[in-house]
Amino acid sequence: MSDQPKIELRNVSKAFGSNHVLRDVSFSVTPGESMTVIGGSGSGKSVMLKCILGLMDVDGGQIFVDGADVCAMKQADRDDVRTKFGMLFQGGALFDSLPVWRNVTFALTSGRYRNSGEMRKVALDNLERVGLGEEVLELRPSELSGGMQKRVALARAIAPRPEIIFFDEPTTGLDPIRTDVINRLILELVRDLGITALTITHDMGSVEKISDRVAMLYDGRIIWSGPVGDLRRSGDVHVDQFVMGHADGPIA
Amino acid sequence: MSNTAAPNPVILFFAAIGRPVIAAFAAIGHVTLFALHTIRKALTPPWYPLRLFEQMFQIGWASLPVVALTAIFTGAALAQQIYTGGSRFNAQSTVPAIVVIAMVRELGPVLVGLMVAGRVSSAMAAEIGTMRVTEQIDAMVTLRTDPYRYLIAPRLFASVITLPILVCIANVIGIFGGYLLSIYKLGFNPANYLTMTADILEFDDIMMSLVKAAVFGFFIALSGCYAGLTTRGGAAGVGRATTNAVVGAFILILLSNLIVTLTAFG
Ligand SMILES: Nc1ncnc2c1ncn2[C@@H]1O[C@H](COP(=O)(O)OP(=O)(O)O)[C@@H](O)[C@H]1O
Ligand SMILES: [Mg+2]
Repeated sequence: MSDQPKIELRNVSKAFGSNHVLRDVSFSVTPGESMTVIGGSGSGKSVMLKCILGLMDVDGGQIFVDGADVCAMKQADRDDVRTKFGMLFQGGALFDSLPVWRNVTFALTSGRYRNSGEMRKVALDNLERVGLGEEVLELRPSELSGGMQKRVALARAIAPRPEIIFFDEPTTGLDPIRTDVINRLILELVRDLGITALTITHDMGSVEKISDRVAMLYDGRIIWSGPVGDLRRSGDVHVDQFVMGHADGPIA
Repeated sequence: MSNTAAPNPVILFFAAIGRPVIAAFAAIGHVTLFALHTIRKALTPPWYPLRLFEQMFQIGWASLPVVALTAIFTGAALAQQIYTGGSRFNAQSTVPAIVVIAMVRELGPVLVGLMVAGRVSSAMAAEIGTMRVTEQIDAMVTLRTDPYRYLIAPRLFASVITLPILVCIANVIGIFGGYLLSIYKLGFNPANYLTMTADILEFDDIMMSLVKAAVFGFFIALSGCYAGLTTRGGAAGVGRATTNAVVGAFILILLSNLIVTLTAFG
């Protein structure tokens, strides 16, 4: 049982018209680990996450969550499986018509006005976890800085205590100090709450700080995966070019 | 491509006609499926009554000033036209009858439908479209909330409920506009005018008005929500969605108006 992967992708493919974003993606994430997928902008990392969540349908291949093939499921069953996941979207994706506390507790009330007093407390608990306090509870997302929005989005993603959490470029657009704050939060969440994490990023500093294992997505395939310690001696020219950040190399 | 013969102009001609026709049928199919999907979702909980009331307020209350203005000006202009036109064959006395029939059966629902479509379809498309391109819709799904139940169904039902109310108000105000002009400019007797209005108005007229209003309300929200939810491509996409929503709603309103009218008299 314990060696069953939390998430497993087998030969997943996805195209938009003639744009073959994912050609043949296979990899797995074991329970409780922090896995990171790296890859260039537009390489299909976000699409891959949306396929796992069922926000997009795959064209081919299978996706297993706790051993169950989610692509073969009925919509209602898929909705149930989705409650295992939390996701931090690339742009935060906070609901700009709702105050922060309603954003954070949205999953718990399914968007209804319920137990407002209690929900405020729950919101505050989760906000404190990401280093925010009471002063933001009543603010609208548009009144927050970019870094604070990311943190509120993070609090929202962890509030229902998901088993698995996806981070889509959690540190893009943040300064080095805020980047470190977010990285530390991700580490804490994985360690303290026992959450399985799948992070997408092209920030090499974050990769080395937060990952147990790393995979690289290139040309619609996972071309390399291994422990984070092996990243700098992968022996793959694409990985080397990406890790070193060279303009010259096989990746155009 | 290089080794094929020169394209046959006849085929090109039919292709040019066929492509938009096929696209139109595809769009009708998609919108129909979208409507059925929303209604099926709305039959089972969770329901969002608060969202429904919020939308009814947004659609109804906020539209009142523009609806009232449109109705009173149109009613007054209508009275003058009928009076002038009717005088050509000594039928000036038909003013109250024709004002009430034209207003209740046709102008009330259509004018309110078009005015509200301009306001509401566009607003719905812009709001939902922005949520789509900023991934708020995707986020909602991952937060265990169905956007069809939370966003779409309340708008659809609020619009279907609210439009008949707005149309009733517009009918009354429109008839009142005709009344004012007839009394103060055309010299009608107030008591006579009201009696003639009440005498000519039938239950069927009011029914037709309400049915049209509900149908238009459905199409207004349907067009706005569909355009919003299918938005692609950032801010420009939201702009396109807004335009499509209004154009779509106008076409659906005018077409369904004709169909309802013909069905009732067919
Ligand atoms: N909904 C969509 N419709 C059409 N094309 C899409 C859609 N979403 C993503 N794409 C395309 O898929 C490719 C990969 O996008 P994405 O996964 O967002 O890249 P990234 O690796 O930077 O996250 C891009 O070329 C993008 O244009
Ligand atoms: Mg992305």
